[in-house]
Amino acid sequence: MSLPSYAGPLEKTWYYAFRVICGLILIFLIVPIIIVVPLSFNAEPYFTFTPGMLSFDPEAYSLRWYEDILRNGMAAPDAPHSWAWFTDLWNNAQWIRAMRNSFFIGISATIIATILGTLAALGLSRREMPYRALITSILISPMIVPVIITATGMFFFYASVGLASTYLGVILAHAALGIPFVIITVTATLTGFDQSLIRAANNLGADQTTTFFKVIMPLILPGMISGALFAFVTSFDEVVVVLFLADIEQRTIPRQMWSGIREQISPTILAVATILVIISIGLLTTVELLRRRSERLRGVTPS
Amino acid sequence: MATVSDHMTPGIGQVAVDAPLTAADGTPLRKKLAQANRRARLRATLLVAPLLLFVLITFIVPIGQMLVRSFHEPTFSEVLPRTTEALKQWDGADLPDEAVFAAFADDLKDAKENRTIGQVATRVNYAYAGSRSAFTSAARKSTGFEAPYKEALIAADDVWGERDLWAVMKRASKSYTPEFYLAAVDRTTDVDGNIVMVDDFRQIYVKILLRTLYLAGVITGLCLLLGYPVAFLLASLPTRTSNLLMILVLLPFWTSLLVRTTAWIALLQSQGIINDVLVAMWLIDDDSRLQMIYNQTGTIIAMTHILLPFSILPLFSVMKTIPPTYMRAARSLGATPWTAFWKIYVPQTVPGIAAGVLLVFILAVGYYITPALVGGQDGQLISNFIALHMQKTLNWSMAAALGGILLATIMVLYWLFNKIVGIDRLKLG
Repeated sequence: MSLPSYAGPLEKTWYYAFRVICGLILIFLIVPIIIVVPLSFNAEPYFTFTPGMLSFDPEAYSLRWYEDILRNGMAAPDAPHSWAWFTDLWNNAQWIRAMRNSFFIGISATIIATILGTLAALGLSRREMPYRALITSILISPMIVPVIITATGMFFFYASVGLASTYLGVILAHAALGIPFVIITVTATLTGFDQSLIRAANNLGADQTTTFFKVIMPLILPGMISGALFAFVTSFDEVVVVLFLADIEQRTIPRQMWSGIREQISPTILAVATILVIISIGLLTTVELLRRRSERLRGVTPS
Repeated sequence: MATVSDHMTPGIGQVAVDAPLTAADGTPLRKKLAQANRRARLRATLLVAPLLLFVLITFIVPIGQMLVRSFHEPTFSEVLPRTTEALKQWDGADLPDEAVFAAFADDLKDAKENRTIGQVATRVNYAYAGSRSAFTSAARKSTGFEAPYKEALIAADDVWGERDLWAVMKRASKSYTPEFYLAAVDRTTDVDGNIVMVDDFRQIYVKILLRTLYLAGVITGLCLLLGYPVAFLLASLPTRTSNLLMILVLLPFWTSLLVRTTAWIALLQSQGIINDVLVAMWLIDDDSRLQMIYNQTGTIIAMTHILLPFSILPLFSVMKTIPPTYMRAARSLGATPWTAFWKIYVPQTVPGIAAGVLLVFILAVGYYITPALVGGQDGQLISNFIALHMQKTLNWSMAAALGGILLATIMVLYWLFNKIVGIDRLKLG
């Protein structure tokens, strides 16, 4: 949309004013995410820029909050960096334990959600599927129902079957929350999927399994992976279910941040936030690349 | 062999007139087709079945159970079964007779032994404030009670001589009760069973419900107001530029909720960056720093930021499909820029507006984390009260009833969304 040559002065002013407004909105979107990065290098325990930081005094910047991520909870953080120090770090440092939990729970939940979700998406994309609309809306509902309700319901149910305060309980809950994303992304890749390819494979003598692994899977793989990433992020970012279902043993990174923000807010949170921002940049890049690859594979021209 | 029946020229062909088409093995084709269809349906169902089962067990059943809890509360009848039985005979006109008191005294002894009296005391205390201690002390003294129990109990505590308390107990003895839903709309049943408003100072839930809807509405409005121009710009720029700008929308979308909430705390708090900048620019005085967080303003700003991508993305995907020639045609037919935009462009974006508005509203109504962290007192939503009852007051049935109301609201919106937009048309990223 460029400015037409017949535009009057009012229209011209509006054209530039509009761009400025959009620029401001985009700044509103991105600034809070960028701002945490420099703040996390603050040498003082403040949540704002110190005069030293503003005059780029190297003294005002430090890595102490990143160090704090490691030291927090360790038995002997000042011991020499020997094997004992590393086991101490691995087993006792709060954030490291939270990170291990987050990845363990996230990856397990993602595997369950991706396998079951992909199979279901394959079924749902078939024309013969009975009650398709109803079943789709049931399977998508974990995304729509507020997490607080999900967590409340799960709290009672999982406690009654002995799954409260266990890894399995949190994993199953997170898998349920991640499933809608897998269904949506895989279904999206399957629209425009040429069903005659399956018939061609069958015609050429491939059985169901071969057809799936050699024909269907390579084509829907980008959708599967981005669905899996969505499911992983859902679990990686989830607090409410963890608050209700998990014990101190299963604390994840967001859970640790939650108590950090509520109890004693220190710039350590900002250091963790910076690391999470870097992770999300990585995830965003991967998903974007996958989407383009999928479009190329399916011959859809990028819009 | 397959034969063709020829209805057009009856009698001419030598073949049997009404013989059906058959497959190679002799079964009629119609049957064969039905078989194949059935098999295809079964295969599709089998693919979906494991996930459906998984979601039913881990998600639907727990929520169903929670909803049952919101109107089924059997504590009283389980802990005090004999009293429950005896109270059935009581007409409620005057104090219950000796039989009820005797049953109650017996039950108290059991409850003391099983240490379950606390549950009943809490249960009755919801409806009859201050009765908690009467129950616990009566249980403690229960071994000393002797017939006539009526006198013994009333001697222990005057409150057992109150007809109102017994009326409340009779109601609590019924396992199925609308009490929690009534409480969730600030109503209660008085001692005679009429539905009345609760006392003024205890009327909170209707206010919270309305506030939740109001805040969700404000946030949705802001998201539409801010999202529409950005989506319009992104859709009208060349792909290369818009892809670059899209990163600015998608990065927040992928960033952890807690990171964004933390960032807003850093920005908005009274010693935070925005206030510092305003003070440095002499716009405000150092001791009149703006209170932008731990109140409704904080909730609105942070939630608008968090939900904005959810309104931009559906709008963008709709605007992308609108040919720019329509606007130009309108202009060349003499429309002013505003008329062309309002009469030609906006109506075509209505599906995107509907999707964005409903999605943001659905997400906003049930939000918990952000209001809990930056909402302070008056920025709390209904979800925060569910959490409060779950974790602090332990009035789980109340939490379940509030959850039931929230769920009903969401379901109506979800149904609308399905009707207008279609859940299978939802795209991510």
